[in-house]
Amino acid sequence: MEYFIFFLAAALALAGALGVVLLRNPAHCALSLVVTLISVAIFFAQLGAALLVAMQIIVYAGAIVVLFLFVIMLLGVDRKESVEEPLKFQRPVALVLGVILFAEVVFLIGHQWATGASSSGTAHAIHGGGAGLGGNVERVARSLFTDFLWPFEITAALLVLAVVGAVVLARRSGESAETVEAGEAS
Amino acid sequence: MPVLATTIDAGWYLVLAALIFTIGAAGLLTRRNVLVMFMCVELMLNAVNLTFVTFARELNDIRGQVIVFFILAVAAAEVAVGLAIIVAIFRRRRGATADDLDLLKDPTA
Amino acid sequence: MSGSRDLLHLAWIIPALPLFGAAFLLLFGKRIGEPVSGWIATALMALAFVWSCVMLMALLDLPVEMRASVLNTNALWSWMPAGALHVDMGTFADPLSITWALLVTGVGTLIHLYSIGYMHGDERYSRFFAYLNLFAASMLILVLGSSFLVTFLGWEGVGLCSYLLISFWFERNSAAVAGKKAFVTNRVGDVGFLLAMFLIFASYGTLNYSAVGPGAHAVSSGTATAIALLLLLAACGKSAQIPLHLWLPDAMEGPTPVSALIHAATMVTAGVFVLCRAHPFLDVSDAGTVVAWVGGITALLAGTVAILQPDIKRALAYSTVSQLGYMFLAVGIHAYAAAVFMVLCHAFYKGCLFLGSGSVIHGNHDVQDMRVMGGFKKYMPYTAFAMVVAWLAIAGVPPLSGFFSKDEIISQAFLRDDYALWVVAILAAAFTAVYMTRLIFLTFFGNERFRAADGPNGPNGGAAVGHEALPVISGGSDDDVAVLDHAAGEVDPDSDPSPTVAYGDPVPEPNGHPPHEAPGLMVLPVMVLALLAAVAGILNLPFSSMEWLNKFLEPSFRGVPDVKPDSFAQGFGLEMLTFAIAACGIFFAYTLYKKGLEHADRDPLDAKLGGLARVFGNAYYYDHGISKLVGGPGRTAASWLDRVVDTKIIDGAVNGVGGFFKLLSRGVQEIQDGHVRRYAMGIAIGTVGILLYVVLWIGR
Repeated sequence: MEYFIFFLAAALALAGALGVVLLRNPAHCALSLVVTLISVAIFFAQLGAALLVAMQIIVYAGAIVVLFLFVIMLLGVDRKESVEEPLKFQRPVALVLGVILFAEVVFLIGHQWATGASSSGTAHAIHGGGAGLGGNVERVARSLFTDFLWPFEITAALLVLAVVGAVVLARRSGESAETVEAGEAS
Repeated sequence: MPVLATTIDAGWYLVLAALIFTIGAAGLLTRRNVLVMFMCVELMLNAVNLTFVTFARELNDIRGQVIVFFILAVAAAEVAVGLAIIVAIFRRRRGATADDLDLLKDPTA
Repeated sequence: MSGSRDLLHLAWIIPALPLFGAAFLLLFGKRIGEPVSGWIATALMALAFVWSCVMLMALLDLPVEMRASVLNTNALWSWMPAGALHVDMGTFADPLSITWALLVTGVGTLIHLYSIGYMHGDERYSRFFAYLNLFAASMLILVLGSSFLVTFLGWEGVGLCSYLLISFWFERNSAAVAGKKAFVTNRVGDVGFLLAMFLIFASYGTLNYSAVGPGAHAVSSGTATAIALLLLLAACGKSAQIPLHLWLPDAMEGPTPVSALIHAATMVTAGVFVLCRAHPFLDVSDAGTVVAWVGGITALLAGTVAILQPDIKRALAYSTVSQLGYMFLAVGIHAYAAAVFMVLCHAFYKGCLFLGSGSVIHGNHDVQDMRVMGGFKKYMPYTAFAMVVAWLAIAGVPPLSGFFSKDEIISQAFLRDDYALWVVAILAAAFTAVYMTRLIFLTFFGNERFRAADGPNGPNGGAAVGHEALPVISGGSDDDVAVLDHAAGEVDPDSDPSPTVAYGDPVPEPNGHPPHEAPGLMVLPVMVLALLAAVAGILNLPFSSMEWLNKFLEPSFRGVPDVKPDSFAQGFGLEMLTFAIAACGIFFAYTLYKKGLEHADRDPLDAKLGGLARVFGNAYYYDHGISKLVGGPGRTAASWLDRVVDTKIIDGAVNGVGGFFKLLSRGVQEIQDGHVRRYAMGIAIGTVGILLYVVLWIGR
């Protein structure tokens, strides 16, 4: 049963990924991306990351892809991209590099050097280690607000920065602060 | 709440993640549309996320999932800023592609 | 005794004095002006001569076997510490070098003295003396040097000074050309010197004379032959032997003291000196035969040319070439001491002849053509007397020095069983007698051809304006000054004809004025040299107890067998035979020229030789041949080299290197094309590469 879900989701994920890379219309690509994201969410569920399932769908599929679609529509970049590649050797080399990269990563997967040691039985465990640790959300929260408190706060600041940055960058040049103030005043 | 844990070997997930990552990388190099290139970057990030979660289960360490949490947040911020830049650059050009961003080239060549 | 050795270490003072003089006069000469600059130069030379005598005393103080020891070397400073080659700037005071030093400084002083009077009125007076001193310094460095390279330094120095002094009156085109010719011909010889030095260094690892002498047998006979022949090439250039003799007759364009000092007494003997220094190589190889034959042929052929030359200086120039041939002959048959003896005597009598001819020219209003001279004995008695003595010496009349020196060489050829060379040498002696007698009689005796064509009392009469028949003590006449200045101040080169007269040139118009005797300052050195020419034979008389020079030079020529006549009678007989043949030559020329020339443009010898005369007179057309060769194929070859090798190959290679890098950079430039996706590709390649490395690292 699990394998069936796994392979189904895997097929969907790969189909979506290939769709992103191969489809001509950017809007179609965005939709393919959604398919992949949801498949990954399914994997998260299978792997016992309950919080991440929710986050994946809400943040990635729900916010980020929507943002993509907004921009696609805004800029009218829905035109189809031409097929020929102006840069020489770009496609063949990309293909070859892809194959090599895949082979390397697969090789590294099998080696202990690249992977780490188990942390079973410690306070960091995902399952087990005592009932007092709670379910997945509690465990993530505990880790987040104790070990990763500092990165957490910084990430918050980062998000604020991103918002401000996005506003500033996307502003039309020539659009002065008065228009903004006028908007605020009114 | 009982957690859905699987008995599928971690290797499968890792190979799949590698595959998605590779497809994303190839797409990044191959596509000319800026937004699609961005989406390929998101693909790659997702593959990485999958790898992290797989190892979190493998090593029974919650910190893998926490890191994915952060990756998610940062990816969101990055997309926001990136798209803002794209909007700023490509606002006026119709059908512009990444190849038009060639100001880095040698001016005398 | 150690005091003597230490004294010998001060031999460097000998070249230092004229070197200082040269520098001083070049810097301040103009301000000092004449004649003080001349006296300074002469005084320095005299001091150098005195010091050379001191060196001689010091050398004589040493026991015989120590006189040529390596301890007499004094390394002043380390000149070239270049890896395996280590050359010191130093002096080597042994009998050979001290003999030459005495010669150069002694004769040099006399010629400097002469020049004070001769160059009077010249606008570059002090520069002349600066050059003369520089020449003397270079020549002294050449002979006193402790290694081949120091000698080469002097070698090049004298070449340079020869060029500077030959073209001293460079406003005259022929003088400038002659200077260039001398320098370039010397250069051809220098290639030989350089190659010989390379071989010497390759064989011995050092260029010091001290190393070469005792160890010469360690070198293979082939190498020794090569070294000897290469040095012979160099010596041919410097000493004007065939085939590099063509520069010496043209060198007569220079002032006569230059001809006397450089081209008779000293520089041209540098070739002989170097061959003497390299005698170990000659001793172990067969190159000696080549040297001797080169000398012999040159002596004979130059003699045949000299008998027909109308120019007094040119005749003396060919005579010098011929006499140098004798010296080479002597070196070639390993009679080194005889060669050195000849160098000394030749310096005396040839120096006297050249200075005397300078007086003749000076007194004859710069006309050098003997066809319009004659009967000068009446007008310049002292010069005439001196030159007659020198004539007898060079012709080999006993008991003057030439008899003992030249005839010694001829006898040695016989005694060492080189009969062919002996015949050649005797023939050359005959020619020597003929041309010298001809010169003396055409100049000083016979009819007075300098008067205008219509009789002894020409339009100007016998009394010339402003000239005196007696020697003037100081300065020349204004007429001479004017002529000299004219020659020196001429701007247009072509309008100033050379006073040198070649065979076949038309007879110049007789100027009608009788000549006058030279001033006392000029007569004195001539007389001194004549005296030396007369008595110098005493240095090396053929009686075994009186061969001072032979004995003195023996330490420098260790290991060279000395060949003596079997009996006194044999030796005496040989010498008398030579004298007899010389006497025949003298008599023959006397009968032809005793009355001078009946017609100035018809030389009786010319008539006698018929067709041969033109061949002899034009020096076998050697000069013309070389000019045609260099101007024709030589020029084509040079222009081909310029077009193809220089422009295409060498420049092409250099530019090609630059072009290659341009290509390379252009290729690299393509990477920075501005396409972001290319950069992404670069990142991807890098990542894959790093991972590949990691994979390989894990996999090992």
